[in-house]
Amino acid sequence: MRREPVAGSPALALHGITCKFENYTAVADTSLVVADGEFVSVVGPTGCGKSTLLNVAAGLLEPTEGRVEVFGSPLLGLNSMAGYMFQADALMPWRTALGNVMVGLEYRGVPGEEARRRAADWLERVGLGGHGHRYPHQLSGGMRKRTALAQTLILDPRILLMDEPFSALDIQTRQLMENELLELWSADRKSVVFITHDLEEAISLSDRVVVLSAGPATHPISDFVIDLPRPRDVSEIRLTQRFLELHQQIWSTMRDEVLKAYAFNRVAP
Amino acid sequence: MKKPAVSRSLIGRIRLYQVLLLLVMLALWHVLVQTGMLPKFFFGEPGKVFATMFDWFASGEIWPHLGITLLETLLAFFVGLVLGVLVGLWLGLSHTASLLLDPYIKALNAMPRVILGPIFVVWFGLGIWSKVMLGVTLVFCIVFFNVFQGVREVNPNILASARMLGANSRQLLRTVYLPSATSWVFSSLHTSVGMAFVGAVIGEYLGSARGVGYLILQAEAVFDVSAVFAGIIVLTIFALLLDWCVTLIEKRLLAWKPG
Repeated sequence: MRREPVAGSPALALHGITCKFENYTAVADTSLVVADGEFVSVVGPTGCGKSTLLNVAAGLLEPTEGRVEVFGSPLLGLNSMAGYMFQADALMPWRTALGNVMVGLEYRGVPGEEARRRAADWLERVGLGGHGHRYPHQLSGGMRKRTALAQTLILDPRILLMDEPFSALDIQTRQLMENELLELWSADRKSVVFITHDLEEAISLSDRVVVLSAGPATHPISDFVIDLPRPRDVSEIRLTQRFLELHQQIWSTMRDEVLKAYAFNRVAP
Repeated sequence: MKKPAVSRSLIGRIRLYQVLLLLVMLALWHVLVQTGMLPKFFFGEPGKVFATMFDWFASGEIWPHLGITLLETLLAFFVGLVLGVLVGLWLGLSHTASLLLDPYIKALNAMPRVILGPIFVVWFGLGIWSKVMLGVTLVFCIVFFNVFQGVREVNPNILASARMLGANSRQLLRTVYLPSATSWVFSSLHTSVGMAFVGAVIGEYLGSARGVGYLILQAEAVFDVSAVFAGIIVLTIFALLLDWCVTLIEKRLLAWKPG
């Protein structure tokens, strides 16, 4: 099931990444290659260092060892090709939804009127037309996620890094958001690294699912190609035979790691 | 979470009782001094207090004094605000500077700052500047500590997100640090306006030729306790009005905060 390295330069390539915090090794010797236009999910037990890996890919965290390449060139500083969607709320509470969506354009020096118009356009696309004047605290959890999505996508990044973006949502809202994400993604096929601990979410969204071992010293233990047809509807695809087979296959390798993580977290204070 | 709605009639009743309570206290004061249970010399007389206040307003004598006190308060507030924001941002963002100045900041915080009043009188004379500077010192400390805290406790997610969206360090300052610190400043707006007022009045009391603090000082010098009370009441009403204005401004500026 292991996929061969892609010819040409991949969108994102992590080679032998190790991250140590004082004497705790969060990630050990991890390599991950994401092809241009590929949707890759990284799953693993809670607290296994998935976010650490994503921060390395974003250039927010320098790895202790290893190197990162973005479209063939080594990454120095922040990854300007990438948009990052955080797990926790990262909207600016003092800006309206519209103000939040347009902030990236402001940073790039896009004139106010044009930035406003494009932001309003994106709000419309994520289904928030007419909510632009509201502040984050006046929006529901799902609406805040949509705003964050528009905030990231308006800059048209080639790589999209997503850290459990929908984990705080209720199941119905979550499936709605997943479908919308797939629809937006299919328009121009960005490379996506999607971190989640929810295996069903990973399978229904991705081209490929990478399973990480339990922490400490997390590393990938297996890699599955998801050959489900697209376009997909995340709630319907979960009922197909192939989905169930894949789920069983991946879960059998993941289960041991989840149990290990559980045992470790019980022993560790 | 919204507070449970209080019915209109209940609010009306409470207001009525509040006014009654005030009248009862005034009546008690009047009776106690008239019957000689409290000495008039030390406690004044409500009738005289109100007569003095009426005189002040009717003759217009009070206005220049109130104007000066207000001017001192506003100057102290704005100068203290700007200085506090600038220094707070600087120390909040510069790790080395904040480490270096840490013991001095602690000392400044611990010191009873009103005691600087006499020094300011010596330095800046009996005009308005010694009062303004005392107020500035008081306001500065409050604003400075809030901004300092605000900068250091900027939500790391918002910071990382802004950096990923392409903000350079100047844009980070303008769109993340400053608004975040501002919300802390606004949360202390009532205290800092109050402190500017305290600085102005204490400064006037320490030595001046105008202002409400000066009126009180004058009255005290001739043992006119009723006029002292009148001054105190005028100051209190004035402070309440000032606080009400702050609330109005706050409501406009902090619309983004969850109610």
